[in-house]
Amino acid sequence: MKALIKITLKNGVLDPQGKAIENALGALGFVGVSGVRQGKLIELDLAAKDEASARDEVERMCQNLLANTVIENYSFELMG
Amino acid sequence: MIRASVIVFPGSNCDRDVKVATEAVTGFKAKMVWHGDSEVPASDFIILPGGFSYGDYLRCGAMAAHSPIMRDVVAKAKAGTPVIGICNGFQILLEAGLLPGALMRNSSLLFVCRDVFVRCDNNKTFFTNCYREREVARIPIAHHDGNYFTDEATLDRLEGENRVVLRYCDADGEITDPANPNGSQRNIAGISDATGRIVGLMPHPERLFESALGGTDGRRMFESAVVSVIEAAA
Repeated sequence: MKALIKITLKNGVLDPQGKAIENALGALGFVGVSGVRQGKLIELDLAAKDEASARDEVERMCQNLLANTVIENYSFELMG
Repeated sequence: MIRASVIVFPGSNCDRDVKVATEAVTGFKAKMVWHGDSEVPASDFIILPGGFSYGDYLRCGAMAAHSPIMRDVVAKAKAGTPVIGICNGFQILLEAGLLPGALMRNSSLLFVCRDVFVRCDNNKTFFTNCYREREVARIPIAHHDGNYFTDEATLDRLEGENRVVLRYCDADGEITDPANPNGSQRNIAGISDATGRIVGLMPHPERLFESALGGTDGRRMFESAVVSVIEAAA
């Protein structure tokens, strides 16, 4: 089973990198771009056989290492 | 005898500077402890040095916080062994959950490497008792991710419990926006736990610990630890 984990900065947490990307897009002539936020996408394979245990495992991975829940939100989808 | 241990992670690069400063001030050899070891030798205090542990992969300090040695550092810190985390060491303390909050990318997006002024807002901690209350010290910073962030309730709690140890300030000790090099909330440069035994800070006191380096304002952080150890033994 494959997991796709998306990690983004929480609302209200300033994202200077997102802001810089937004400015760069404007400089390239893409007009009307706003609210740029950047984050991480982590893909991994799991040995878990059923969805419930995979979900539980990925949840713990996010809490313990993959996301810093002080500043980041996470969500994930399971495939296969 | 003063027993200091310096934890060495792959990518640490201030470990030897910290060792030199510690040994010069304490007069005793400091132990270098490798990240893959499972136990820190009995220590009067532990130093997590600056650098780029594990290449800053995932988030600064995230991988180091889960290294084998950190399990014992966390256990010893919770049992009362004083710990100071400098720069990357501060990031590791936060990722390990020994102090609250997170250090984000500098608001300027630039790596900032220069001397800054910090004001000692709590001189009662294990590592700051040789500074005067509100004393302004000149100490270098060198980081890309030193932008301290936490929620408003935690900020209020830190201030209420007098756990903001250092704040970025101007030469006169005024807390201003231009004096803030990285966007840290409330100009926070260093914080402590409730006991004052665990301290994390972005500035590098070891880089200005003797006049040959251009200043001595960082030296008293090491002297403070010595005073604390002696007082505890008395």
